[in-house]
Amino acid sequence: MATQVNEPKISIDASGLYYRELNERLKELANNGTRQVELHNVYGQRYIGTSLNAPLEIEIHGTPGNDLGAFMDGPRITVYGNAQDGCGNTMNDGEIIVHGHAGDIIGLSARGGRIFVRDSVGYRAGIHMKEYQEKKPTVVIGGTAQDFLGEYMAGGVLVLLGLNGGGEHRANFIGTGMHGGAVYLKGNVEKYQLGREVGMARPSEDDWQLIKKLVVEFAGHFKYNADEILKGEFIKLFPLYLRPYGRIYAP
Amino acid sequence: MKTYLPPKFLVERDLERCIKCEVCVNQCSFDNHYYDAEDDEMKSRTENCAGCHRCVTFCPTGALTVRRNPLEYRDNYNWRPEYIEDIIKQAETGSILLTGMGNDKGQRIYWDHLVLNASQVTNPSIDPLREPMELTTFLGGKPDRLELDADRKLKTKLTPQVRLEVPVMFAAMSYGAVSLNVHQSLARAATEMGTLWNTGEGGLHPTLYKYGKNTIVQVASGRFGVHPEYLDTARVVEIKIGQGAKPGIGGHLPGEKVSAEVSTTRMIPQGTDALSPAPQHDIYSIEDLAQLVYALKEATHYQKPVSVKIAAVHNSAAIASGMVRAGADIIVLDGLRGATGAAPKVIRDNVGIPIELALASVDSRLRQEGIRNRASIVISGGIRGSADVAKAVALGADAVYIGTAALIALGCRLCQQCHTGKCAWGICTSDLFLSKRINPEIGARRLANLLRGWSLELKEMLGGMGINALESLRGNRLALRGVGLNENELDTLGVRMAGS
Repeated sequence: MATQVNEPKISIDASGLYYRELNERLKELANNGTRQVELHNVYGQRYIGTSLNAPLEIEIHGTPGNDLGAFMDGPRITVYGNAQDGCGNTMNDGEIIVHGHAGDIIGLSARGGRIFVRDSVGYRAGIHMKEYQEKKPTVVIGGTAQDFLGEYMAGGVLVLLGLNGGGEHRANFIGTGMHGGAVYLKGNVEKYQLGREVGMARPSEDDWQLIKKLVVEFAGHFKYNADEILKGEFIKLFPLYLRPYGRIYAP
Repeated sequence: MKTYLPPKFLVERDLERCIKCEVCVNQCSFDNHYYDAEDDEMKSRTENCAGCHRCVTFCPTGALTVRRNPLEYRDNYNWRPEYIEDIIKQAETGSILLTGMGNDKGQRIYWDHLVLNASQVTNPSIDPLREPMELTTFLGGKPDRLELDADRKLKTKLTPQVRLEVPVMFAAMSYGAVSLNVHQSLARAATEMGTLWNTGEGGLHPTLYKYGKNTIVQVASGRFGVHPEYLDTARVVEIKIGQGAKPGIGGHLPGEKVSAEVSTTRMIPQGTDALSPAPQHDIYSIEDLAQLVYALKEATHYQKPVSVKIAAVHNSAAIASGMVRAGADIIVLDGLRGATGAAPKVIRDNVGIPIELALASVDSRLRQEGIRNRASIVISGGIRGSADVAKAVALGADAVYIGTAALIALGCRLCQQCHTGKCAWGICTSDLFLSKRINPEIGARRLANLLRGWSLELKEMLGGMGINALESLRGNRLALRGVGLNENELDTLGVRMAGS
């Protein structure tokens, strides 16, 4: 994505900046053709990356606030710290790489773009992600997730690596209402942890190619050994029905 | 299983008039009429008749009529036919009963118990045909005070305002529920009449982007078709929390309605179910609502008002206060009689409160809290004519949305079969054969005519009251009196008894 790296990287001290001012600055920079920005001392400013429909690269040092990259269409955000709730909310395109944990509803309703989280995420990760034509949202989580992972999922790919918990996942209601897309999970889950609409299978050869590609990318971002990660067993979770609620209504 | 359901309607054919042209066969999408070649006769499967009058309207010789099936049950006030027939249907399917359009039950319609005032002797009425009369309405938050600089130029920075030439907008009806030709008719009519139409939650078709200045785009729990150009194109962005016909529950556009075209606006693959979750999972509180309101303001560079729509429920007034404090520029209340393309019948008919009461209590509450100016109030849910509009404005609304009334203008006969996707009038269907029945040119003309008629009537009512601008009627409850209402009802409506 980074086509021009000759331009200087602009650095902004975000301490004491209200989110509107900060995002206004980012917008100006994006409009002026700046391609790389470094934000320091970020303390909870919301909506970073939201209205920048340009291929800006944003490095965040600190803790960005909720809705990081909400409705985002293009930028690439790297967070050195934890992300909060709603990271990648309704994202259309772009990339978010979190060197830490992320909160609830990461990737809610995303239609495109990619999110990599080094550690764990909160509740309802990847809820209602969908895909359309060439757009396919991808979320890769290094640790584990809380309940309702992949709820209502209508498309896209969720990968859960379980690197920090010895391969144990405690989430319940995984994939409840799922009717599209796929979840790849390293480690074990019991049947009772899954929603009723979810099937479990070994990954096919095509699935493996995708898993490998994403794990290699994940390992590259966070300095892991991809081969180590790929050694364990993976499970594929998929929707059993494309129309989970088709039969409960009568005219 | 043999069905025990009796036919709802009888189709009667005057054989002396019938010329066996089979127009009825072609027009009926419910498979009622057919030509029996053996007997050389036109026949009916009357149990299929939905009572939509399509055949009656298009029969060239006027040979058809549709009557309610006169089959009588033994009188029983508790076990009325509707309840008997619902039980039969559920015994045969084991399912949730679906229906379309709005609540058809007899809960009190307060508009019918409110009457307007007029000038007599002590103040002159105005003749709107010969004197200027203004219906112009500005939607959006208004500042607490205005400051002027030395040159008397406005110093206060206003939040985005939207000008309406008539205080009636077209309510949210999504593409997929209604056909593209309906969307096009609404968009054209709104543009012609200087008002707004609303995409609903199914996205905006690329051919309609040119009507963006008159378009409200919705962001609902499914987030279908929400992307940067969609938000950029719009005049207003509306967050849909709830709908009067189905407060508290989600939506579900069945896969068979997600055609190739519908798939392009919803931005999901063809043939997959479009599920709208019951809540928006990023909104569990007023603070969360504020977060989405401001996410959308950020995404649209603070250039567009953000509207928030809720279904009218018991504690609407407190919620509305929260919505205003969350930064909504427009709040929309959709009442008990608001319609839908598909909802469980039990929800449609039993959940929510009448819009008149919700409007009165929300307007009063916002005034008491001193924040009424910070957002416009738009109401919807069963507005039938210009009198309802006038009464709504007097109760405190800035504008109204019409959905059902607009569809009736396009041909709808309220047969409540929207959820079947078989609409014979081509309105609530994505079937290409049926949706061609709406010609956007004619559709737009019918809708614009309706608004023109209502505008003229509104001006007559205003003139009668001696008022020359709708602004002067807004929230002026002294212009209303109640008839046949008890003290509690009058109190909630903030209206005095007629004669007092």
